[in-house]
Order: sequence, then structure tokens, then C-alpha cells
Amino acid sequence: MTGGAIEIEGLHKAFGANEVLRGIDLRVEPGEVVCVIGPSGSGKSTLLRCVNLLEEPSAGTVRVVGTEITDPDVDIDAARRRIGMVFQSFNLFPHLTALGNVTVAQRKVLKRGKAEAERVARENLERVGLADKIGSYPAQLSGGQQQRVAIARALAMGPEVMLFDEPTSALDPELVGDVLGVMRKLALDGMTMLVVTHEMSFAREVADRVVFMDGGVVVEQGPPSQVIVEPRHERTRVFLSRVLNPAAAGFGDAGLDEAGPSGSGPSGPTAGKTAGE
Amino acid sequence: MTADTVAAAPSGRLTPRQRRRVSLGGQYALFVVIVAVVAVTADWPTLQQNFADPAKARDLFPEILTIGLRNTALYTLVGFGIGLVVGLVVALMRLSSAAPYRWFAIAYIEVFRGLPLLLIFIFVGVGVPFAFPGATIPGGVVGQAGVALGVAAAAYVAEIIRAGIEAVPKGQMEAARSLGMPYFRAMRTIILPQAFRIIIPPMTNQIVLLCKDSSLVLFLGIALEYRDLTKFGRDLAGQLGNSTPIVVAGVCYLLITIPLSLLARWLEARQRKERR
Ligand SMILES: Nc1ncnc2c1ncn2[C@@H]1O[C@H](COP(=O)(O)OP(=O)(O)OP(=O)(O)O)[C@@H](O)[C@H]1O
Ligand SMILES: [Mg+2]
Repeated sequence: MTGGAIEIEGLHKAFGANEVLRGIDLRVEPGEVVCVIGPSGSGKSTLLRCVNLLEEPSAGTVRVVGTEITDPDVDIDAARRRIGMVFQSFNLFPHLTALGNVTVAQRKVLKRGKAEAERVARENLERVGLADKIGSYPAQLSGGQQQRVAIARALAMGPEVMLFDEPTSALDPELVGDVLGVMRKLALDGMTMLVVTHEMSFAREVADRVVFMDGGVVVEQGPPSQVIVEPRHERTRVFLSRVLNPAAAGFGDAGLDEAGPSGSGPSGPTAGKTAGE
Repeated sequence: MTADTVAAAPSGRLTPRQRRRVSLGGQYALFVVIVAVVAVTADWPTLQQNFADPAKARDLFPEILTIGLRNTALYTLVGFGIGLVVGLVVALMRLSSAAPYRWFAIAYIEVFRGLPLLLIFIFVGVGVPFAFPGATIPGGVVGQAGVALGVAAAAYVAEIIRAGIEAVPKGQMEAARSLGMPYFRAMRTIILPQAFRIIIPPMTNQIVLLCKDSSLVLFLGIALEYRDLTKFGRDLAGQLGNSTPIVVAGVCYLLITIPLSLLARWLEARQRKERR
């Protein structure tokens, strides 16, 4: 079983006594777009962070384009250059301009010359539709623009896979479309993507496969037409009904007990209602 | 109606506002009386002769600047340079994930914050020659003063830098590391530049403290050309039998410290505005 872009086997992660990931097996093929959905606290971010070792797994192996990330002897900095990561909170470097954000790692890590780094940066900023914002500081950009700079920053390193952790959750609704548009284009260009998201329409339209996680395990996975439209598991159905129709959540839903503390959607009001059941 | 009940309730005739006015008026009256008494009873001509004799003050120049002020500034800068380098190292050790480094850093900070600076000066001046016969701190008096001021300041500088680094959101380090930057490269290129912006105001205050503390070179036993403002003022006061040199030396300190304090306050205010 080789050749996968991301191969996760038997992944466990505990924070002290809190077992967050309890045996995850997941494979992402080159060029595939996999969306991970699931209630808040189910371990989606932790899973993503284990793939580039921002969190150290407690057990299990993670391989990314043939390199075993979990090998203690791995050159993690070299491995991370092939994995782009986009965070919910953008994490742009506030003391650098958009151009500086996109060039700094190229220069310091890949040792590219100034001219080449800037050429690559311009290309990628253009790719995310921000050619005119090259000289702006993060504080001068909207959330959607900041997130697109963050995507350009990751792309400029020439990654072979991209990880997205709820890239649009911190955005005002009217800015979500721009970021999803960039991601859709990236998927069409053949980028391998592992995306944690609550944007069901994006998942349905762009994902090759959707993975539903709950309680630290993969509950079910398959093409979006199956997992989102005709889920097999009760927990998936409960979760989807909350995300797709937040206002109705909490009334007459079965199986709330195992669904975690709350159903988190881009819209907050679900949380209080379900927790109160 | 409520105002009536509140005002009338506790103490008879005066409303709270009236009481505040009376109290404030009393304070002003007391101040005026004290100023008047001092002005009448003080022997102004003698005071001026002893503390602010213009002729004697004029004689201090330019040496009080070319020797005293220059050396004070020199000791301060060298001490700050050493304090900054040592402090940065201690701060990074304090944040290290290797426990022994953290213990060392904590011990260093607690020891040097707990010792009187004078004792450190005496140790550098007297203790080091005894402890390591033949060994000298390079740079003569400047080196000695710099080391004494620097190792002590490093304890405070380390805490300032640590607070600055911790004020940079965790996501910054994660973003840098996820781009493949090694830890120290991320520290240098991403975290420290942001931390230093936060650090500048408290660091400016630290320079003010160092400037004042440099007066302790007095206890190193120094040659004439190494005298700082304090020793210069003291020596000339002794020679002239007059306090004017001490007052002038004091004014020279304020010429350094007040602008620096104002700068620190301005930087702080500007930062508070940027945060919002
Ligand atoms: N650094 C950490 N230390 C301790 N516990 C943590 C840490 N990071 C995450 N956790 C715990 O792990 C669990 C899963 O967190 P995680 O962030 O992976 O969930 P998530 O599925 O991404 O949720 P959300 O949709 O809210 O982002 C939570 O209970 C959280 O409290
Ligand atoms: Mg998360």
C-alpha cells in the first residue's frame, strides 16, 4: 500500500488523560480533495496538526508523499516544506507586508534569491487574486484577503499537499466566497487537499471524498453524494441536520448523547440548544 | 427627589459636592501656606551660594560633560549591551523545553534580582581579583562597570524579553514552523521582531535605571579620567567646598533620563493605540 499522498495508520493522540484521536486510518491519494467534517471537539484540528507534526502523535504512523513524518529521525523541517498549512486564524506575520509574508520562508528556508522569491510571490498572490495588495500589511487587509495571502504564502513553497483547518470559519459571511473560490481553483489545478470545513456546499461540490469524524474516530467516509446526501450512520445524520438547518436543531433529534458537547456550525446558536438537551 | 434624600441623609448641612469643594480648598490653602513659610524663612542668598553658584557651575564645564557625562553614557551603553545579550540568552533558556536550561534561567533571574547591585560592583572590583588572581575583566573600568551593570540588568531584561515573546500569539510560531522554518530561524525572523516592538517601552525604562545605577562605579576605585557624573560631582564638591557640582551633576542625569522616560511613555501610548 504505497503511493498515497497522505497515509495515516492507527493514529492516536491524547492530551494527558483526554484521548482526542482514537485510532484514525485515512488515506488521501495524489490530486484528491478530502473534506473532514464533524462536531466541535471531535479532533479534526488535532488530526490535521498531526499530519505536519504540530502535534506529536501518541501512536500510529503518518506518511506524507512517501516520507514517514512520525519517524523520530525524520528531518521535520524538510518534510514540512512539502506540506502547506492554512489556519483558521490566518496567522499572517503582522510585521511583514503581503509580499514579505510570501517571500520570507522562500528566502530563509528554500534560500531562493530575492528576485526569484518575489517573482514566485507575485505569481501566487496573483493566483489568489491579490496582485494589487502586494505592499499592504495584514492589518490593512480584510479577513478574506488575509486568508488568501496565507494561502499564497503556503503555495509559494511549492507544497505537494495542502492542509486547511476551517479556513473560512473566522470570516464574515460575505468574504467566505472569495476564499472558497481560490480553494476550488486549487482543487481544479490538481492540488492534493485535506480540508476541515463546515461549508457543506463546498464539500459537496469540490470534495472527492468526505470524512465524518466524531469522538476521535472516523465514523463514515465516502463520496459527498453518499456521506452528505444519504448518510448511513445516525450520528452523521444528526450532525448534518444541525449544520444544514441550525434553527431546527435540538428539537426531536435522536442520539444526542454521543454527539459531543455541541454541534458547531458557522452559525453559533446551535451550541447552546444542543448542549441543553 | 432621589438627589434630595441622598444629599440630606448623612451629615447635616453639606452636600457631597460642597464637601469635596471644601476639602480641595483646604488642600490649596495648606500648599500656599507652606510655600509662603519656606519663601520667608529660607536664606536664599546662602542657599544659592551653596547649591547653585553660577561662577562655580561655570568652572565645571566642559569637563563635567566631556568626562562625567561621557563616562556615564559609556557605562550605561556597555552595561545595556551586555545586559541585552545575556538577557536574550537567559530568556531563551527560560522558554526552552529542556528543563535544566529553564532551571538555570530561573536561578539566574532570582539570584541577580535578589542581590544588591552594590554587592555585585564590589564583587567585580574586589572579589574577582581575589578569586581569580591574575585574571582581569577586559576593557578596564569600562569592562568592569559594563559587566557589573550587565549581568544584573540581564535578569530584568530576560524577564522583559520573555514577556514580549510570550505576548506574540502562538499561531505565529506554528505558521513559521509549518513553512519549514527551524525553531531558531523562526524565533529570529518571525517572533523576535514582533516581541521587540512590545519590549521597547519597558526596555527604555531599563536604560533609565542603568543610567542611574552606573553611579556605583564610584566603588570600583577609578582613575580621574574614568569618573562618571556622580563621582565627578562628588570630587569637585569636596575640592570646592560647595554643593553646586552635585546639583549640576544631578541636572546632567536628568538631561538623559527625563527624555528617555518621555520617550518610553510616548512609545507605550502609541502601542496602546495600535493595539486597538
Ligand atoms: N494543545 C492541547 N492541549 C490539551 N487539549 C487539547 C489541545 N488541543 C486540543 N485539545 C483537546 O482536544 C479535543 C479536540 O480538539 P480539536 O481542536 O482537534 O477539535 P476540532 O474537531 O477541531 O473542534 P472545532 O470544530 O471546535 O475546531 C478538544 O477536547 C480539545 O480540548
Ligand atoms: Mg478545529
